[in-house]
Amino acid sequence: MPDDATDNAKSMSIIVTKGSLDWAYPPFILGTTAAAMDMKVTMFFTFYGLPLLKKKLNMKFTPLGNPAMEMPMFGGHMAMPNIMSVLPGVGGAAGKMMKNLMAKKGVASIEDLREASIDLDIRMIACQMTLDLFEYSTDDMIDGIELGGAATYMEVAAKSDINLFI
Amino acid sequence: MAVHELNAEGLNCPLPILKAKKTIKGMASGDTLNIRSTDPGSVADFAAFCTHTGNELVSSSQDGDVYKFEIKKA
Repeated sequence: MPDDATDNAKSMSIIVTKGSLDWAYPPFILGTTAAAMDMKVTMFFTFYGLPLLKKKLNMKFTPLGNPAMEMPMFGGHMAMPNIMSVLPGVGGAAGKMMKNLMAKKGVASIEDLREASIDLDIRMIACQMTLDLFEYSTDDMIDGIELGGAATYMEVAAKSDINLFI
Repeated sequence: MAVHELNAEGLNCPLPILKAKKTIKGMASGDTLNIRSTDPGSVADFAAFCTHTGNELVSSSQDGDVYKFEIKKA
């Protein structure tokens, strides 16, 4: 809990289910901002969200299956036809392009936001079942996380003012 | 009462808020924080931040491309 939070501080929980570069942003942006606004924040990492707790992040990004995505290009915007995304190297190039764009626009990296989450005392729970299912070890994960399951999450959610599933 | 400065120019959401929070955390009650930002979204965001946290938004102004905020810690 933030040091200046009071007993009646608002609280928020987020279930983090997706670990691609683009989907990693909403939970970390909202989590850190809520904590900065003195809210008590809990993030529960499950399924494909769990790798976001790994010491070494290796997030991928793909335009595949996202026809609404447009990148600023040549003064306009350009969408990528899905058929292009399956070509070798296109996904990787799109990921690099996205990271470059974010750095240029002063958007924080996920690494920075995760660091801020730790500084802001956000409670981070790794889903034990996902850990077993995908054969992850807690040795691969950052320090300071807890292990838990659905009941652990529900206990938090039942007394939170805001509950999000992302 | 001390006056603190924070240059958040070039940073995008939510970094100006996160950096402001970090600075405010180290300030004493009644201290003032002057922030400079170039993120147009920070105008609404600092107002919301102050409303929720109880810190006082003493002033919010624009100087060309730069947005200036003065926050007094509660």
